[in-house]
Amino acid sequence: MKELKLMKGNEALAEAVIRVGCDGYFGYPITPQSEILEYLSKEAYVRTGMIVLQAESEIASINMIYGAAGTGKKVMTSSSSPGISLMQEGISYIACAELPCLLVNVVRGGPGLGTIQPSQGDYFQAVKGGGHGDYKLIVIAPSTVQEMVDHVKLGFDLAFKWRNPVMILADGALGQMMEKVELFEQIQRSFNPPSWATVGKPKNRERNFITSLHMEPEAMEEINKHLQAKYKKIEEEEIRFEKYMCDDADIILTAFGLVARICKKTAMLAREKGIKVGVFRPITLFPFPYDELNKLADNVKGFLDVEMNAGQMLEDVKLAVNGKTVVEFHGRMGGIVPAPEEILHKIEEKFSVEAL
Amino acid sequence: MNEKTMLEENKHFEEIIAEESICTNENLVYEKPETLTDIPMHYCPGCGHGVAHRIIAEAIAELGIQEDTIGVAPVGCSVFAYNYFNIDMTEAAHGRASAAATGIKRVLPEKYVFSYQGDGDLAAIGTGETIHTCNRGENILIVFINNGIYGMTGGQMAPTTLPGMKSTTSPFGRDVAMMGYPLKITDLIATLPGVYYATRCAVNTPNNVRKAKKAILNSFKYQKEKKGLCFVEIVTNCPSNWKMTPLESNKWLEENMLPYYPLGDLKTPNGKGE
Repeated sequence: MKELKLMKGNEALAEAVIRVGCDGYFGYPITPQSEILEYLSKEAYVRTGMIVLQAESEIASINMIYGAAGTGKKVMTSSSSPGISLMQEGISYIACAELPCLLVNVVRGGPGLGTIQPSQGDYFQAVKGGGHGDYKLIVIAPSTVQEMVDHVKLGFDLAFKWRNPVMILADGALGQMMEKVELFEQIQRSFNPPSWATVGKPKNRERNFITSLHMEPEAMEEINKHLQAKYKKIEEEEIRFEKYMCDDADIILTAFGLVARICKKTAMLAREKGIKVGVFRPITLFPFPYDELNKLADNVKGFLDVEMNAGQMLEDVKLAVNGKTVVEFHGRMGGIVPAPEEILHKIEEKFSVEAL
Repeated sequence: MNEKTMLEENKHFEEIIAEESICTNENLVYEKPETLTDIPMHYCPGCGHGVAHRIIAEAIAELGIQEDTIGVAPVGCSVFAYNYFNIDMTEAAHGRASAAATGIKRVLPEKYVFSYQGDGDLAAIGTGETIHTCNRGENILIVFINNGIYGMTGGQMAPTTLPGMKSTTSPFGRDVAMMGYPLKITDLIATLPGVYYATRCAVNTPNNVRKAKKAILNSFKYQKEKKGLCFVEIVTNCPSNWKMTPLESNKWLEENMLPYYPLGDLKTPNGKGE
């Protein structure tokens, strides 16, 4: 039976982790996402036998994930910006070794120790690499507490489908705010080791080993080619986005996560004033919906990209629009969340509204 | 040299041996355990890694736990350990082998898990993971190879490099006033309640090899009984980076390494050191 609850974003995500049948969580406390570890510590083992371990650091957490994900079990970690920075070496290893796992970044304002308030300043880190070498995470960006739940299921599905780490890129506000959520039913934990997993070598198969080391450049290039081919297929098959009142829009706001929700309010306010505004929200940040955005560029006067950073997704929006029309930007940083009226004002300021 | 060329070379030697007709049953005194692969090891002549690998492989074979054992290789000279052990293995990031082993053991508690780490990996970059893995009493075996130097990167100073000992980054000898003291990490972790068994061995003489193997065997038995963390240090040589012949390096090990890192149990199931 489906269940409705009023829950904080972090706790809703943790509840979904239990219900999805996750086998193990390894993490380290950091604001604004410590409720995930706290909730799991209290609820997970007693309900499903899921392992929850507080590691000594984020570096240890991600390497525990590396080991555990190599067994083919369903494992995850969560952290916030500085902690995710510490994990980057391990994430690169996991991506190269093609181990499925779920990573959650409840982003806070940076750079440095920054602030514990919400931010989207880790877009580049999540989408463009973060660690060393040519690799990609599948990155999904929830915009509601409901999606904090739904993306856990989606995240694990994509991770195992593609043997690739998946990151949920949320922000401090999504983690902390309470909303009504519909929870999916408990999925029983089960284990059917994949053929590549290191679970102990039976007599009738060759040993499995997990490594990201390939000393011969030709071999390493082959690994890279294989990864790139996989990422290309992911781009063909896994793009997700949401369009809100885009059909007749003169101006389209581009935004991800929480900011896209704020932009919807802006669109309503704008339409009350007779300005036709729509919102385009990429749900997957990698793969990014370049083609869809490019098509929309044919019918609008311009785009206003809105983010809680100095303009990171902006680069992908510009790549997608490819010079067809103007792309303006409005960003707030350091933990400030833009207000709907503020964005509307920017629309009026950046575009000659009378001409629309 | 790739796996294929190595196997071909191996075959070549096998042919020579076959021609000399010495491979008869009555001559068989020593066998390769099925827990080792046929890939020739890349270790330098006289290096202790080969013997250390072998005794671990023998222990796994003798205990009949090949199907249930997962190893974790480090970054360092033994980064390719997964090529030599005929068991499932994971190659961890530098210093993080014990964290990776923790992850494996926690989700597969009925399996045998061990990490195999050098001194730079375990006692420098991975010190945090080592101490906390030991302190949690993870039910795994950590094998710690201490040769007082960074082997793979070409002879730099290790956390275990002896006072006065020369390396490429302590070219005038380790000056403890500048560079600190060699870290006796096994003594340190032996004080932690999560550690069930901590011992220091060597593989420089047949007798020491036997003792080291016994320590590995005991560790796997304790793991079966879920006793907690077992830690086996193996003090060994590095002829190439010590710039000595294998024989010279063994002599140097006895005269210099072993006085600083004395062999014996540091923590036994009775709670006492030897």
